[in-house]
Amino acid sequence: MELKTKIIAEDGKQDLIITREFDLPLNLLFKAYAEADIVEQWMGTKVIKLENKKHGSYQFETSDGKGNVVFRANGVIHDFIEDRKIIRTFEMENAPFGVQLELLEFEKLTDSTSKLHIHTIYQSVALRNQMLQLPFAQGINMAHNRLQDIANNLK
Amino acid sequence: MNLRRDVFQAISDPTRRAILLLVASQSLTAGAIASNFNTARPTVSKHLQILTECELIRQEQNGREIYYHINAKKMKEVADFIEPFRKMWDDRFNKLETIMKNYKDK
Repeated sequence: MELKTKIIAEDGKQDLIITREFDLPLNLLFKAYAEADIVEQWMGTKVIKLENKKHGSYQFETSDGKGNVVFRANGVIHDFIEDRKIIRTFEMENAPFGVQLELLEFEKLTDSTSKLHIHTIYQSVALRNQMLQLPFAQGINMAHNRLQDIANNLK
Repeated sequence: MNLRRDVFQAISDPTRRAILLLVASQSLTAGAIASNFNTARPTVSKHLQILTECELIRQEQNGREIYYHINAKKMKEVADFIEPFRKMWDDRFNKLETIMKNYKDK
């Protein structure tokens, strides 16, 4: 079966591409990015601020059960064109990943299907690779932790 | 474990990555592979040896010639390196899809 979500991360490059086809009409896909209460649901983070407009900005925050903030991210909206595209920056606070430029394009496939194309540019190749390994660090997949150890030893 | 380390070492070299791209589309002899590079034939042979040792490519005798072809299963292990990252986004997007489908029903 073909994978729904695809990642293209070419070796030695400082960007990556994420594509995904949705069984949703274009306007609903875009809405999931445009409205704060919906973003909160699927991103699993609290949306402190989301000004989806040119020169707007946003702020996300996630707390653990005890109310300690475990994740905070922010960025500015460079461009926001309904049902077409969002260009914004993304920066995780108190994390060594630098700032990313995200170019999101929303495409209509049929009346009931759509496609999201995310092009993310990092400050360097090394930062991109660290970001790719982040899910390892979070321990989502124990089996892959070993693989990260091996990769780290290669550096 | 050593085998996996070798796989990542194997793909860290640009010539070896180019060889993998070449044999991904069709099986080729060492001579045919070498003709794509300006490097000396023994250098290409060395790269083929490393790729063969870590099982990214396989040799197959065809008459008097030895053909090299890609080992798709091993290549998948390399691709799995970014799998947790892909899975994280896949999970998020699945959630998005479910939420928006319900939204539509409202």
